[in-house]
Amino acid sequence: MRSGIRLATIAYATLIYGFIFLPVATLVLFSFQATLFPVPPFSGPSLRWYQAVLSDARLTSALANSLFVAVISSAVATLIGFHAAWGFARFWIPASAILRGLITLPLTVSYLIIGMGLLVLFNGLGLPKSLIAAGIGHVVINLPLCFAILYSQMGEHQANIERAARDLGAKEWQVLLLVTAPMLWPALFASFFLSMTFSWDEFVISFLLTRFDTTLPVEIWNLLRSGLNPKTNAIGSLVFLVSIAFVLLFELALFRKPRS
Amino acid sequence: MTEKARGSVANGALPWMVVSPAVLWTLAFFAAPFIAMAVVSLTLHEGGGFSFANYQQFFSNPSYYQALVNSLEVTGIVTVVSILLAYPFAWILAEQIPERWQRLALILAVLPFWTSYVVRSYSWLLVLAEKGVVNNTLVQLGIIAEPIQLANTRFATVTGFVHFFVMLLTLTIFANLKQLSPSYRKAAADLGAGPLRTFLHIILPLTFPGIMVGAFLTFVLAIGDYITPQILGGNNELLMPQLIMLQIGRRGDFPLASALSILLMAVVTVAYIACARWLKIERA
Repeated sequence: MRSGIRLATIAYATLIYGFIFLPVATLVLFSFQATLFPVPPFSGPSLRWYQAVLSDARLTSALANSLFVAVISSAVATLIGFHAAWGFARFWIPASAILRGLITLPLTVSYLIIGMGLLVLFNGLGLPKSLIAAGIGHVVINLPLCFAILYSQMGEHQANIERAARDLGAKEWQVLLLVTAPMLWPALFASFFLSMTFSWDEFVISFLLTRFDTTLPVEIWNLLRSGLNPKTNAIGSLVFLVSIAFVLLFELALFRKPRS
Repeated sequence: MTEKARGSVANGALPWMVVSPAVLWTLAFFAAPFIAMAVVSLTLHEGGGFSFANYQQFFSNPSYYQALVNSLEVTGIVTVVSILLAYPFAWILAEQIPERWQRLALILAVLPFWTSYVVRSYSWLLVLAEKGVVNNTLVQLGIIAEPIQLANTRFATVTGFVHFFVMLLTLTIFANLKQLSPSYRKAAADLGAGPLRTFLHIILPLTFPGIMVGAFLTFVLAIGDYITPQILGGNNELLMPQLIMLQIGRRGDFPLASALSILLMAVVTVAYIACARWLKIERA
């Protein structure tokens, strides 16, 4: 009876892990395909599709665009989120609860609708599609997150240290820059990093708001029109690799510190 | 936060200066677009004055409201299947695996989701294609004679969604199970309940709110998603987000697309209110 349960447990866990890993394993395996179609039988290993990706100017410039949009929009979201969190935590502000609710509201709305709204607005105002428009959308989706993370980290402890700094003659901007920001760096880093990953992966807003210069997920989407293609496997595997590197960096930077 | 924590400085304009960028950004790029969308949804692509024609069209044209029905069906199936698959898995991770391996087990379960969203859907297409891994294996094993159509079906859409939400729900249910105090289990055992009875009458009811939150999250994220149904389901059967994108892509019909977006948002809001109310009743 007991060993029966044990066996069923192991079988079930293996099955779920198999289900979870099946698509990624297929993706990576057939990125090394030597022939034209990423379906069995496997004919590799070959690096020809990786070469094809790296020599594709559209893909490499889309990658650069994605990084550009991710870094700038995350920096803006973290910066204004940090200021707002500090303001709401430290000062009395009229209708504070309503305003805080407003800032976090975009979290509850799907990206498609946020993108649609911006498209309708920009279209009405006669603003052209661009990477900047997509970046504005990415700040909209990431600002609530940054604000929520940073607001939750503004505690009594930091307030006392800020007060001490003021008593010693620090100006408000000095308090914010030299006292509050360094104390909150893990939260600032987490906000920036999370924003980066969401922006990096975001598709529908960029799809709606960019035209010629576009981000990597949209360019990959364009590749899909040609059907199954090992080149798509190769770029997908590369994105996977970059993301894993991001996660490892995040793990090392945030979670290893307190242990030492 | 106590009043003491809010600084003692006489503040003047400073508080407004620091909070206004975030507030103005949200007003300009979230609230204003929403208002623009609401206004545009009352106009017509062909021109003319304000009317509810787009909304009327939605409810009177079967091919339009069928998209909402499809969306609700797919999302419902996805939510139920994901919970049924994720619960035993979360239970195994939380209770059957030694404590020190649990973190690694969770990281492993999340790892494949660090690909880009578009790439993940494409990967399922590879698996489910006519000559893909699944069909190939089934034919090789002699289970089927000819490849069956798996891609471009509702089954493919559901599979792609379930893949993601099993991971998400495993995380929420796992967290829920870990929060339960072991004393519940001890108390149940002391009072003579066997493992099965303890699970059905103690563990399951206590994790129910967590399941509901996970289910709500699944519903909201799945019903608004365009990528998975478009890549995996194709155009055989349209879901709401596909219908919305079709209005923009093919016809440039912003008014109808806006009306459909607002309807989709209304559905999510109703689900949110229902879920919030249910949780409140449960807590009280």
